[in-house]
Amino acid sequence: MKRVLILGAGTAGTIVANKLHQELDPDEWKITVVDQSEVHYYQPGFLFIPFGIYSKADVMRPRRDYLPRGVEVIISEIELIEPDKNQVRIKKDNRTLPYDFLIITTGSRIVPEETPGLKEHEWHRTIFDFYTPEGATALAKKLRTWQGGRLVLNIAEMPIKCPVAPLEFMFLADWFFHEEGIRDRVDLTLTTPLPGAFTKPRAASLLGDILAEKNIKVVPEFNIMEVDPDARKIISYDETEIEYDLLVSIPVNMGSEVIERSGIGDDLAFVPTDKHTLKALEFDNVFVLGDATNLPSSKAGSVAHFQGDVFIENFLRYIDGLDLKPTFDGHANCYIESGFGKGFLIDFNYDVEPLPGKFPLPGVGPFSLLQESRLNHWGKVLFRWMYWNILLKGKPMPITAQMSMAGKWL
Amino acid sequence: MTTQTITTREIAGKTVHVNEEGFMTDPSEWTREIAVELAKEEGIEELTPEHWKIIEFCRQDAAATGAAPTLRRISKQAGVPTKELFRLFPKGPAKKVAKIAGLGKPQGCV
Repeated sequence: MKRVLILGAGTAGTIVANKLHQELDPDEWKITVVDQSEVHYYQPGFLFIPFGIYSKADVMRPRRDYLPRGVEVIISEIELIEPDKNQVRIKKDNRTLPYDFLIITTGSRIVPEETPGLKEHEWHRTIFDFYTPEGATALAKKLRTWQGGRLVLNIAEMPIKCPVAPLEFMFLADWFFHEEGIRDRVDLTLTTPLPGAFTKPRAASLLGDILAEKNIKVVPEFNIMEVDPDARKIISYDETEIEYDLLVSIPVNMGSEVIERSGIGDDLAFVPTDKHTLKALEFDNVFVLGDATNLPSSKAGSVAHFQGDVFIENFLRYIDGLDLKPTFDGHANCYIESGFGKGFLIDFNYDVEPLPGKFPLPGVGPFSLLQESRLNHWGKVLFRWMYWNILLKGKPMPITAQMSMAGKWL
Repeated sequence: MTTQTITTREIAGKTVHVNEEGFMTDPSEWTREIAVELAKEEGIEELTPEHWKIIEFCRQDAAATGAAPTLRRISKQAGVPTKELFRLFPKGPAKKVAKIAGLGKPQGCV
């Protein structure tokens, strides 16, 4: 019996578990998944919690319901990955799990402790995150009674999970305060280490215009050094100070602590990974998918999904002694909520930035790329159903793993 | 298909390849004279020994890893506080050093 061990059953790990279960002969392979908790969170839904659109219960499901029968599921913290010994130590019963192939899908997490002043006495009082269920829920409670003032959103450092989420947060905040009737008493400012609103030039310019139209200020190239939680200001390395009444923080994102402990990550605990084959650079029987990689692709569920398609095809080749094909192109596909029941859709990869066009059917759509539409918003709403029922289960989606230029305008 | 366009330009009497954002695309074409010129273009009038220490670290690190180091990596590995890096290379140190050191743009994020 050969053993495949999957560490982490979030979006990437769950997709991989389902795909491997569909493809591998159960008489020859044993598949084991380890995760530290019983709950699977629909992370794209966290964005909607602060505005009362979703509750915490709307984004939680039992993790085991999405993993196939026949796959061994162990709920435990992971102590140490030992690639030299082909084994992983877990906390539960002090077990050691040997493997023939290891799939690392341990994701990324926020580390507010990296920025002085952030996670101190004002944390979840005047300073909030929305990348955790606790943070998003605490912020929802705050916003219900907030009377207005200066709301500053700070992105501490790139890369972050879902680089469009901060923009969506601001669009939704603009809408929310309009509906509350206090938009004129709220000052919205987005501070980012990037030179503009987004990482890619054409989308950055378009999104920048929309932010301006909605009277949301952008402070680019702001590299936060510390927060003064009592004076309520954020201070950058070049000593620019910005005052706030309510600070929404996207703290430093890092890979899992077990990556750090095991000494297999980079400076942010992301695992060095081949950008086209998803094999760990240093180990021949280890693959890395989802947010846990150091790839210059977005840390997003759509990326994990496209990686899953590329991975399974390659893995089946690899175990038969064939070479890995360099087929992952960095494809990402993101809905961007822009408020007032509208949204954008962007589609891009390592080399091609988001372009306007129609998607997924060239010339037809129904979704519009890089353009605001009501249908794009509904795409995002329906996506939650797709996520639970199609995407996680590794069923086919009508989108190719590699980005297509068809239907795009240069 | 790629969106990157590579052209050539002359810096400090040498013709080198650059991308559309002015980053050199071949680190082997770089010289110390080029660094001095590129630094001026970035608003740094004089490269002090402190600047050179960082530039040299980045050149070595990029040669070893194949990519220009991130700010976090420079600070940690070269042992220079982030604040000091911002003093030496105002605004975006990682990007500025990479440009002056003739390295590609540091892998940001998409």
